[in-house]
Amino acid sequence: MKLAVCIYEGPYNHEASDSAYNFIKAAIVKGHEIRGIFFYHDGVYNVTKLMDPPQDDRHIANRWSELGASGIDIVVCIAAAKRRGIVDDVLVPNVRISGLGQLTMMAIEADRMVIFGD
Amino acid sequence: MSEENKKKIMFTVRKPPHGTIYVYEGLEVKLIMAAYDADISVVFIDDGVYALKAGQDTRELGIKGFEATYGVLVDYEIQKVFVDRKSMEERGLTEDDLLVIGEDEDTEEPIRPKMVDSSEIAAMMAQQHNILSF
Repeated sequence: MKLAVCIYEGPYNHEASDSAYNFIKAAIVKGHEIRGIFFYHDGVYNVTKLMDPPQDDRHIANRWSELGASGIDIVVCIAAAKRRGIVDDVLVPNVRISGLGQLTMMAIEADRMVIFGD
Repeated sequence: MSEENKKKIMFTVRKPPHGTIYVYEGLEVKLIMAAYDADISVVFIDDGVYALKAGQDTRELGIKGFEATYGVLVDYEIQKVFVDRKSMEERGLTEDDLLVIGEDEDTEEPIRPKMVDSSEIAAMMAQQHNILSF
């Protein structure tokens, strides 16, 4: 199945980001295709390289970047990002800023869009 | 693309309109998505029905508010706007409380969201390609 994932919540504060990550890893193992990952609302905070968690904790931004390096399209909503001070310069590698049109295409092209957040 | 070949995408709005940004940023998604070749519908359920209450004044909250944008949803070609009857009743709201989302091109009659029962919403949901919740 072709899946798209949308994440609404910021890192660490909320389980949504971890749940989405675990879901995607499990879906890939099961042989599903990930059409794309879209960060919206406070979700845009998930992929800033300014993040510097304690060493014994998971590095959420790097985890997403590694998924992006594997070829999955990871998009940060520009409108949501601009509100929150997230710009190209602070993004980890392998993710990109783009518009809600990208979310639209994911919703149209994916068999299922899975939302993580409140 | 013909109407029946368009992908059906539904938005559900279940959160109150103010207090968090979900409903406002969710509205931004609807306006963008309406410009694409998809069959868009919106359903207001639970506290989401408060977003459709006419006469909201957000000045004291220090936020711009978005009632005016809801007032022109039809102009954005978002015509399929539904509200859950049970959620309305539970909150003491009636059809008269609903804001206008546009006007009929021919008759110039005001268009309001359509009140529907949960079973109708379930039937619509079952037909969707994808559902986005805000």
